[in-house]
Amino acid sequence: MIISVASGKGGTGKTSVAVALAKSLEEPAQLLDCDVEAPNGHIFMKPQWEKKETVYLQIPKVDEKKCTYCRACSQLCQFKAILVLGETILTFPEMCHACGGCFLVCDPKALIPDKKELGEIEEGWSGTVHFVHGRLRVGEPMSPPLIREVKKRIKKDTLAILDAPPGTSCPVIQTVKGSDYTILVTEPTPFGLYDLKLAVAALGTLNIPCGVILNRADVGDHQVQTYLQSEGIPLLMEIPFERRIAEGYAQGKSLVEIRPELKEPFQKLFVEIKGQIKKKPYE
Amino acid sequence: MKIAVSSKGNTLDSEIDPRFGRAGFFLLVDPETMNFEVIENKQNLQLPQGAGIQAAQTVVERGAKMVLTGNCGPKAFKVLQAAGVKVAVGISGSIQEAMNKYNSGKIDFAEAPNVEGHWG
Repeated sequence: MIISVASGKGGTGKTSVAVALAKSLEEPAQLLDCDVEAPNGHIFMKPQWEKKETVYLQIPKVDEKKCTYCRACSQLCQFKAILVLGETILTFPEMCHACGGCFLVCDPKALIPDKKELGEIEEGWSGTVHFVHGRLRVGEPMSPPLIREVKKRIKKDTLAILDAPPGTSCPVIQTVKGSDYTILVTEPTPFGLYDLKLAVAALGTLNIPCGVILNRADVGDHQVQTYLQSEGIPLLMEIPFERRIAEGYAQGKSLVEIRPELKEPFQKLFVEIKGQIKKKPYE
Repeated sequence: MKIAVSSKGNTLDSEIDPRFGRAGFFLLVDPETMNFEVIENKQNLQLPQGAGIQAAQTVVERGAKMVLTGNCGPKAFKVLQAAGVKVAVGISGSIQEAMNKYNSGKIDFAEAPNVEGHWG
């Protein structure tokens, strides 16, 4: 089962919630930090690292001796990563999404696999939690391919919790795609509400059921609650705005280390989510 | 010989579009006769990425030998250079004014792109 934690707005507490859920469960779980541009789940999880790999994208390199300038690759590529102009062929590795299509359509077999470094993936253990995160190479503009690689580390029979990046664009979609459920973390402010609506709309197009955790629940206004009621979106949990939590967070402590009594609500939350997934009619 | 000029409109009085890849139009002008063709760049305005590459490909395939524009990034520049098309950047005013400048020999061609590529 895959549960992703997303938000729309940044800084609402995705990582805090993902870590708290992973640390509260009695069964073994995986936590995969998919925010590869700014991974920070490890700061709370403090895993014992046991593996580090550099990952690459397979991109095309042209053997000019074999190229017939037929344009098949150039016409196929949706990202303008390969271009034929008369009897010149150009590649733009930074544009390549590594779909591999150009290799398939090249009849004269003039394209040779080359590689471009995407970043690194580290894996380790924090108690019974298998922790995985990706770290995008500085200068690499595209994070979705690395997120895809991180997600390849998902084990089928274990609960996988995915900590998504903020926003609602490609990196988030790449993360939440294929999830059985998404927890959206927000705060009760006009900013939290605005971005929450965007996130709900994005998940709607992907047909992923979702529920909301309201963080810093006792500040701000009541618009988020009103919105959730009118849309019939479950409010899964409220986390209070407390100095103790903020102080612990500032020392790199997870929510359930600061407030161990929150473990039980997170265990119940997991049971509730499992129930909601079962109720959801799948096509 | 044809010169492609990035343009905000479809006449010689139109203002030069400072953007190359995402220009509204290209005017393909013959500097001797001042006859021109209009290339709409609509499809490119909506491309999430690669607009410069696509625009460069378009003007090359339509037979331009030179480009006059405001700004040209590294990828468009690479395509134009590979096709042997000269690029002049930092051009402003109307298309007519730019062509007058060209005809009086006052245009310098660039050796390198003048702006960074951009994403998203």
